Order: sequence, then structure tokens, then C-alpha cells
Amino acid sequence: MKSKWWLISLAVCLLVACLSPLASSSPDGLERVAEDKGFISLAGAAPFQVIADYVFPGIENEALATILAGIIGTLILFGVAYGLAWLLKSRRGERLRET
Amino acid sequence: MHIPDGFLNIATVATTYAVSAGGVGNAVRVANKKLGEKQVPLMGILAAFIFAAQMLNFPIAGGTSGHFLGAALAAILLGPWAAVLIMSCVLLAQCLIFQDGGLLALGANIFNMGLIASFSSYYIYRLVTLLMGDGRRGILVGGFAGAWVSVFLAAIFCALELAVSGASPMGIVLPAMAGVHALIGIGEGLITGAVLSLVLATRADLLQLQRI
Repeated sequence: MKSKWWLISLAVCLLVACLSPLASSSPDGLERVAEDKGFISLAGAAPFQVIADYVFPGIENEALATILAGIIGTLILFGVAYGLAWLLKSRRGERLRET
Repeated sequence: MHIPDGFLNIATVATTYAVSAGGVGNAVRVANKKLGEKQVPLMGILAAFIFAAQMLNFPIAGGTSGHFLGAALAAILLGPWAAVLIMSCVLLAQCLIFQDGGLLALGANIFNMGLIASFSSYYIYRLVTLLMGDGRRGILVGGFAGAWVSVFLAAIFCALELAVSGASPMGIVLPAMAGVHALIGIGEGLITGAVLSLVLATRADLLQLQRI
């Protein structure tokens, strides 16, 4: 079962994502400075929106929409970083076998 | 600390994209040479954890919030180049999918929260564990100090980019960003310390992996 530690860790990450509706909705450090010092209006809108501001579109319950966005992002990042690491690692193995 | 589009001028956008592209390219080369089988699942877990934890904004003084960065945690466990890769994955996904951080500002965001945060925290951690030994105390103090410095320095560089871009004068934006993030850095240090202490209690062997 020792090799399954990352499954438990991933479950913990998903649990953390489920806490996301409890997050403070106050502006973060940079947003606060931009508001106070009067340059927040320079910020432009994104040219396209997928899951903008961590709220899954089309769901009325905002807490649920936030949790869903969090779970999707957490799974995507696990997959992308795992896949990238696997690609980088495995290419090294192939090169070793060739030489 | 994700910079949206509109804050940076084109020269700053171009410069930070060039530096970050070079940094990420080198991170790929180093990982290609040194990344071992054992690090692969940890890379995935750290990226997933950093994304999820970054959503949990915690309140600090005066109606302002801060959130975890995670570069220090990744750099301490896997090394600075691996941390650059992880942070780049997180920032790219946040930019493309969640519209957090601008497309043009992505280079600057990877520079501040990837390169600067990873390398500063890694060397501060190394210095502290060198001075205090790499027992539990050294690891936790080094983790806290590295994490605080990573947020503080990332904010300083963010302020410099804003000032150079003409968004706000240096004398105003630099102390403001430094002040707020000196507080947010304490949160970063506490979360990094808590996770490191959890790793020490459950999988202390993860702290013995080769760092890249």
C-alpha cells in the first residue's frame, strides 16, 4: 500500500478544494494596493473566459460552482504536472538505454 | 499577486516573457537530466495542492486577503528548478482556464512567483538548515523563513515591474506592496511550516529526495 500515498494525498488536495467557498473574498495584496493607489482601472478584461474567477459557469449555487471549479483545477494540475514529469523522466530513461 | 493585463507596458511584458521562457526552458533541461521516477507523483501532488491551497484566501489586516503561493514548499521538497516547473503549470492553468493573471502578464507572473520565489526560498532554506542543522527545528525554521522571503521578494519584483511600466510611481507602489506582503508572508510561512511538519510526521523520506 506504500505506493498509494499519492492517492491519499490527492484526496487531501480535493478536500482542500472543497473548502474554497470559505475563502476570504476581500481583495488580495496586489488588488488592494492597486485600488488604494488608484491604478486598478488599468486592468483589462480577459479576451475569453473559461471558468472565470474560479466560479463554474451556469450553476446558480455559488459555493457549489466554486467547489466544482476547485475540483476541476486540482485534477487538471495533478494530471498536467504528473504527465510533464513523466515525459521528462522517461525521455532520460530512453536515452540511457540507447547509449 | 497575479498581475492582470493592462498593468504592464510592452517592454516589461517582452522582457519578463524572455527571461521566464529562458528559465522554464532551463528547468525542462535540468528535469530531463535529473528528475527521477520517485519525484513524478510528488510533482503532480504539489501542483494539485498548490492550486487548491491558492484558492483559500485568508484575511489579513484592513479588509485585505492573502493567499498561499507554494513555491517555497515545492522548492524545499523538490528543488528550485522542479518548483519553477510546478509553478509554471499552476500559473498557466490559472491564466488560461480561470482568468486569474493576464495572458500578457504571464511572463511576469512566472518570473515573480516561479523563478524569484522558488530560488529565493530554496537558498534561504539551505542557509538556515546549514546553520541550524537539518533536524526538525532547522527544517521548520528554514521553511518559514524561506516562505516569508519568497512572498516578500516576489512582491518587490512585482512592484518594480509596475513602477517601470508607469502604473504607479516607485515611491508609492514599492512600500505599499512590501508592507502588505510582509504580512501575507507570515501566512505563507505558517502554511509551509505546517505542511513540512505533516510531511516529517508521515513521510519523512520525501525530504531526503534528490533536489533539482
